[in-house]
Amino acid sequence: MKASEIIKNGLIKENPTWVLILGMCPTLATTTSLVNGLSMGLATTFVLMMSNIVISLLKSVIPDKVRIPAFIVIIATFVTMVEMVMKAYLPGLYDSLGLFISLIVVNCIVLGRAEAFASKNNVGHSALDGLFMGLGFTWALSLLGFVRELLGTGCVLGHSVIGGADGMLMMILPPGGFLALGFLMALINRIRNKKS
Amino acid sequence: MAKKAESSLKNMLLALTAIALVAAAALAALNAVTAEPVAKAQQAKVEKAISAVLPAFDRLEERTVDGTTCYVAFDQAGQMVGAAVSAGNDKGFGGHLQLMVGFDAEGSVSGYQILETHETPGLGAKADQWFQKDGKGNVIGRKPADGNLTVKKDGGDIDAITGSTITSRAFLGIINDAAAVFANINR
Repeated sequence: MKASEIIKNGLIKENPTWVLILGMCPTLATTTSLVNGLSMGLATTFVLMMSNIVISLLKSVIPDKVRIPAFIVIIATFVTMVEMVMKAYLPGLYDSLGLFISLIVVNCIVLGRAEAFASKNNVGHSALDGLFMGLGFTWALSLLGFVRELLGTGCVLGHSVIGGADGMLMMILPPGGFLALGFLMALINRIRNKKS
Repeated sequence: MAKKAESSLKNMLLALTAIALVAAAALAALNAVTAEPVAKAQQAKVEKAISAVLPAFDRLEERTVDGTTCYVAFDQAGQMVGAAVSAGNDKGFGGHLQLMVGFDAEGSVSGYQILETHETPGLGAKADQWFQKDGKGNVIGRKPADGNLTVKKDGGDIDAITGSTITSRAFLGIINDAAAVFANINR
């Protein structure tokens, strides 16, 4: 497999959010603003890349029958690291993402890439796959966060861009998450289909 | 590709034990590094909240009154200028709500900051602005000792946050509780 193929797969062709539709819980729950979506995406990218590297390195010493618990321990370790570092150095962000950081452990994208890619490919490709799957997830979450923040509060990055308007509150609440996700998914897949 | 380790009991035990040990060691090391910044961030948050809710002061004294942590503020002459009370309850819409409530020497609310909240974004989470001086449900300068603060729905005169009466009730309940603690502060 060529590197450019891996990059394209992660960002567009097999984008975890728009195409594989994996990891919907953090996607819907944390995208109430651009900053939250972006940070959640980047935290997941770090975990994906690191766990892909380690799992790819250890793939020949992990017996098949215990591979899932072994993968989960490795993933959970990196997630806990992200959580500790965020709590120590970015307490404000930790307050708003809080619970969802620890839930990266059970995000099926992470285990999915470990199982489907890292346990079968070499370290370089696995790192690349983790990085670009993560970035694919990140741009999807950022776009969702941007749309929901704009429609829900009239702000971009906390700065009001639609003067005086309060926004449609619903877009920040859970129903707005489903609506924004559905419409964006339809739009993006239409563009994707036209191109191919 | 290297030969895959066989799934024998010995191999499985070895692999999982080794991975778990390395993971535990890595996390223990990181925990030791981050413990101090975490404590500092927590402390900074509390200190920032205290100075935001109190009138100008020179010296703070931490006290525990009725099981609640209070920070009593004094000016240079040693006169008490007010106190910040860290109070909370579990009556919020999303669960626990924790505030830092400041009172001046007379017992009027001089400010508040939200320390912990799980309220709905866009609804109850507006409490951080709503009850401030230029908010719609201003409580600054009010003296709960003259009569508990309640929302209009409950016969009071405070405007509740639109669509978030539960959050507003929880919020005012905490302010009243904090005032009760403040009344006992010099006893």
